Amino acid sequence: MSGHLAMSRPKQGSSGKTGSWRVFRPVVDREKCNACGLCAMYCPDAAISEDLEVDLDFCKGCGICARECPKKAISMEREEK
Amino acid sequence: MTEIPKEEYILKCTSACAGCPSSIALRYVLKAAGPETVLVVPACCTSVIQGAYPNTAMNVPVYNVAFAAAAACASGMSEAYRKAGRKTHVIVYAGDGGTVDIGIQALSGALERETDFLYICYDNEAYGNTGMQRSGSTPAGARTTTTPGGKIHAKKDLDGIVAAHNPPYMATACVAYPQDIFKKVRKALSIRGPSFIHILAPCPPGWRFSSDMTIEMGKLAVRSGMWILYEREHGKVSINGVSKAALKKPLPLEEYLAPQGRFKGISQQAIDSLISQRDRVAQRLLKEDEGIC
Repeated sequence: MSGHLAMSRPKQGSSGKTGSWRVFRPVVDREKCNACGLCAMYCPDAAISEDLEVDLDFCKGCGICARECPKKAISMEREEK
Repeated sequence: MTEIPKEEYILKCTSACAGCPSSIALRYVLKAAGPETVLVVPACCTSVIQGAYPNTAMNVPVYNVAFAAAAACASGMSEAYRKAGRKTHVIVYAGDGGTVDIGIQALSGALERETDFLYICYDNEAYGNTGMQRSGSTPAGARTTTTPGGKIHAKKDLDGIVAAHNPPYMATACVAYPQDIFKKVRKALSIRGPSFIHILAPCPPGWRFSSDMTIEMGKLAVRSGMWILYEREHGKVSINGVSKAALKKPLPLEEYLAPQGRFKGISQQAIDSLISQRDRVAQRLLKEDEGIC
């Protein structure tokens, strides 16, 4: 019966690669980073992994990570065309 | 501190705006609820950001339902699951328009029937999905597309309305405190019967602040006393520590209003109305917290 329903299936990238929306890209300074994980905790799209690597395919560049970083280890740098 | 599971139940990535507060809230709601969960979503931002058919970013079953029907639909679902002997969590995830205005009678009905479900209202204080029209939840003085001169009427006291139904558990939360959301959702789901959580969601395009300030706006709302974090278990109110401290010495209201474009040029009358509403709610909650009334 479910074949007749308009039912979507879970899939990564269902809204496309949202990284293309980005105007500013987060750049992490590993020297300053103390791996507290607040950036990953606050990231709305869970685009920051456990190892605190930013997934640039999907990061929309909102900048929450840079603002909330207690060590100011993340800077937002303009994307080049 | 409770360990927060690492699993994510929203696949990368929804089409939510950059800095979306509702995405942060939903991440932690689903982390707390786990895979044995069904979401019921009425018309709101969450119903449009899931992705394009036939794909969806949500890795739990989601039932998208008409604006007014979310709580009624969840009632039926919950009843069916319990009759089948399943403990599946039924969670309504609705915006403020679908809760405060359009869905309120269904919510009231479900609370009265003591449906075993969790109703979450994420409140960005306007109809964000359709372009920021005023809702019953918009505070006085806020500019929206339908109140270009600032809203005249005060914000509806949704929590007061829900409290009047005397549900076993209700709470307020804010996206600036995701661990608190996690904790409250876990608690709500552990209690049998209806529970309700009201989450403040500072919306960057709607409130007109830059997208990196979502968390900061949430913290300012709590520290200025404009949003009070508390739980009400079986009628007993307990204000959370962060709000208790904030109510002793709240930040000046201007610090909360100034970064938001929607309050630009707000009248003194509207500011007075906001302050009096804040103080009234705070006084009532403090008294209840102390057990005076």
